[in-house]
Amino acid sequence: MTSGITRATAWEELGGGPGRASPSANRRSERRLGWWLCAPAALVMLLVTGWPIVYSVLLSLQRYDLRFPGRKAWIGFDNYGTVLTSRFWWNAFAVTALITVLSVAVELVLGMAIALVMYRTIVGRGLVRTLVLIPYGIVTVAAAYGWKYAWTPGTGWLARLLPAGNAPLTEHWPAIGIIVLAEIWKTTPFMALLLMAGLALVPEDALRAASMDGATAWQRFTRITVPLMRPAILAALLFRTLDAFRIFDDIFVLTGGAQNTGSVSVIAYHNLIGGLNLGIGSTMSVLIFLTVAVIAFVFVKVLGTSAPGTDAAGRR
Amino acid sequence: MAEIVLDGVTKRYPDGTTAVQDLDLTIADREFIILVGPSGCGKSTTLNMIAGLEDISEGELLIDGVRVNDRAPRDRDIAMVFQSYALYPHMTVRQNIGFPLRLAKVGKEEAHSKIEEAARILGIEPFLDRRPAHLSGGQRQRVAMGRAIVRNPKAFLMDEPLSNLDAKLRVQMRTMISRLQHQLGTTTVYVTHDQTEAMTLGDRIVLMRRGVVQQVGTPEELYDHPHNLFVAGFIGSPSMNFMPADITGEGLRTVLGTIPLSARVRRALEAHRAPSRVIMGIRPETFEDARLARHGDAAEHVRTFTGRVEIVESLGAEKFAYLDLEAEGAIDSAHLAEAFQGSGPVHRRAQLIARLDPRSRAHEGRPLELEYDPDAVHLFEPDTGLNLTEDT
Amino acid sequence: MDRTPAGVVRWSLLDLAVLLYALIPVAWIAALSFKTPRTIPDGRFWPDEWTLSNYRGIFDNGDFLHGLVNSIGIGLIATLIAIVVGTMAAYAVARLAFPGRRLVIGLSLLIAMFPQISLVTPLFEIERALGLFNTWPGLILPYITFALPLTIYTLSTFFREIPWDLEKAAKMDGATPLQAFRLVIVPLAAPGVVTTAILAFIVCWNDFLFSISLTSSSRARTAPATISFFTGSSQFEDPTGSIAAAAIVVTIPIVLFVLLFQRRIVAGLTSGAVKG
Repeated sequence: MTSGITRATAWEELGGGPGRASPSANRRSERRLGWWLCAPAALVMLLVTGWPIVYSVLLSLQRYDLRFPGRKAWIGFDNYGTVLTSRFWWNAFAVTALITVLSVAVELVLGMAIALVMYRTIVGRGLVRTLVLIPYGIVTVAAAYGWKYAWTPGTGWLARLLPAGNAPLTEHWPAIGIIVLAEIWKTTPFMALLLMAGLALVPEDALRAASMDGATAWQRFTRITVPLMRPAILAALLFRTLDAFRIFDDIFVLTGGAQNTGSVSVIAYHNLIGGLNLGIGSTMSVLIFLTVAVIAFVFVKVLGTSAPGTDAAGRR
Repeated sequence: MAEIVLDGVTKRYPDGTTAVQDLDLTIADREFIILVGPSGCGKSTTLNMIAGLEDISEGELLIDGVRVNDRAPRDRDIAMVFQSYALYPHMTVRQNIGFPLRLAKVGKEEAHSKIEEAARILGIEPFLDRRPAHLSGGQRQRVAMGRAIVRNPKAFLMDEPLSNLDAKLRVQMRTMISRLQHQLGTTTVYVTHDQTEAMTLGDRIVLMRRGVVQQVGTPEELYDHPHNLFVAGFIGSPSMNFMPADITGEGLRTVLGTIPLSARVRRALEAHRAPSRVIMGIRPETFEDARLARHGDAAEHVRTFTGRVEIVESLGAEKFAYLDLEAEGAIDSAHLAEAFQGSGPVHRRAQLIARLDPRSRAHEGRPLELEYDPDAVHLFEPDTGLNLTEDT
Repeated sequence: MDRTPAGVVRWSLLDLAVLLYALIPVAWIAALSFKTPRTIPDGRFWPDEWTLSNYRGIFDNGDFLHGLVNSIGIGLIATLIAIVVGTMAAYAVARLAFPGRRLVIGLSLLIAMFPQISLVTPLFEIERALGLFNTWPGLILPYITFALPLTIYTLSTFFREIPWDLEKAAKMDGATPLQAFRLVIVPLAAPGVVTTAILAFIVCWNDFLFSISLTSSSRARTAPATISFFTGSSQFEDPTGSIAAAAIVVTIPIVLFVLLFQRRIVAGLTSGAVKG
């Protein structure tokens, strides 16, 4: 009965039904309180993101280069034409997509392994769970410098393992590899934590029953654990994919975008701060935003991921 | 102390479902009234509407003659005990009980003595400075009661307050609540799904089904004179036995044999223009082992029936015998399905439960002769469920 | 799980692998920060000669101190505001029925997945026009915005875990909605608020993109961005040691939080992320 009531209240928000008596003083004060409590947050979010988004769409329709302010003009979709026919944009797009797919894929496997260790270990569970948070918490830039120096010939302990004369950060593919490595190292713990929470959803009894039925450890994992964790896995993938797609800090520190290793965020930044070309920079911003929206849409609609905080996830 | 009047109270949700329909009820001052019914019958919604936790879609709610439909809960001066107890985990027992007084800005001294008084009545003085987490279920329940009685409200509302307790404690607390209500004389509305609680606690019972009141009356009235099939099936444990019956010239033809109709029953049936096929209900208590000859030779109208005993349950003070009626087809009725909700499977083969004297020699697998008073049968209209043997 | 000696050994080895994974890169930066300029280019993991001169160097460097002060100040202010504003919204979203509730949820979901770079361009222009460029408020505002969705999600999950009945009970006991919030909900949500505050602070502390884009001097530039501007005290001096030392300094607060609040951080990070 309770769930019926909750559903009904949710319906009422959508405008109330026919034949409703005027809401009681109680209900009215609840509504007012709801609005007042949300107003500041909504206001800040709208002011700091809503307005800039609109502004950035407007900028993307103009020729606007701070070095030549006199030539500012409305040019329709010309900037989009420029960007979408640019070799640099598509290279950055391909690099970003590659880094995203590679790092998220490895993170999923490695994260699952770490999650299993953290969840099942019988020694030092607290210690493992604590220390694994350090990569998550460490400032990305700080960690990126660590990786940079580790691979710098002469200085780095990892570079020393390579044959002399190798400078991996100055070559395209090795540099991409190091960027992916840095990204994986930093964010796998977060993935592992989300997956560990998913592991907690798998009832021990189901696993015991499966072993009684003769399932091997691997069969228990693939037939019981993974299917039951599906919501957790999808949510973790959604989070990490969106996050990986906006990769900036690691690339900025490791290569600065040289050797064609710049992500879309990096080249948008260079167009803005280096090039001071607001029109092109905004166009790229809008395109990045649209891509992220498409990724999120695919996850939510096609794969049925329920994002946290939405009603699908919040309903119990 | 207050009189609570519900006048045509209806709760309708915007999606079209009606949780409570046109409820008329006058709860007298000092009365202990029970709202009972299967889950989803609207009893909790009704309680929440009285509390002010849910809006009333239509109708009037009057407390002491004043319309309170639009008043917030805090302005209705009624206290509520929740199924989960809803104790504030960050407050001690003393702070929990004192919370309503604190909100009402009652002076420190006065609050202190009121809290002590409530704790004394409920026997929880030793725990006043503990947190709820450190209390047993029964103690928590009493703290919840304490928070309700401390401010001496116009009425108590109780939402299944005992259903989280184990069976033994539930019986103890039932007695305590009953005693407390008599002692304080506060109007009480009590919601439960448990018919035993309803029968033992209330001055009057309101039995609901699908948002509609089925019958209002004292426990005896509901037991002896159920208005319909649903009430008959819901009240009483074990439940009334139901079987199909055909009205013929000689009487009722049933699997128990042909039963002559008493003059009273015949009159009632005529008044109701009963169809020829009806549902017969007969309580397990009506039967007795014929060998114990409870009725003796005094009552020549007593009938007997012999059936094979499938199972015997011996409870010490009484015995339940489950007889196989050797007939296919149990009664298929929505009224009964709901009344029996969750209480045992509906058998495909007709079965009869008899509540017997413990001295009965009923034995599993053997035939048993039962005798019963044919005047104790209830007959129901199969579609509407209406009791045809009552003149309502 | 059986605690057989073999099991203990096996799990210990797996633990060790995870610990090495987490610690080696950090240990490397730490080792680098203790190396003397002469031993930095030797490519060894541990320093042959230990020195604190890198740390002395960065604390003598006014820019880095400024950066730290900016990071702490901007981070704390942004966190505080995000928590106050976010707590209110999270409560409303989790508990109250009002038209527009879904809008707030949708809005914060949108911002949570929003690429920061898409904001940098317009904010760069807007803040220059409003005189916010290269100021504390110029960074505090976007930080609040990106900390808010996290705050609203995490806290609304905490709020949902507080039984409904407690609020109904408070109403029946005579509380106004505001009293129910203040006297019953807030005290119960306090642990969740602390957790959320830590997570929000980490988000602000970690930011790099806004800080390098929306500042132009040490006036508002935060520590991570300051590090990327290290060049060494002269053109010929290698900044490696200083950068490593600075990296360790900005990592210390995070390590402290992690060590002190491990359980809560895990609970906070995973709350709402997985609900079966």
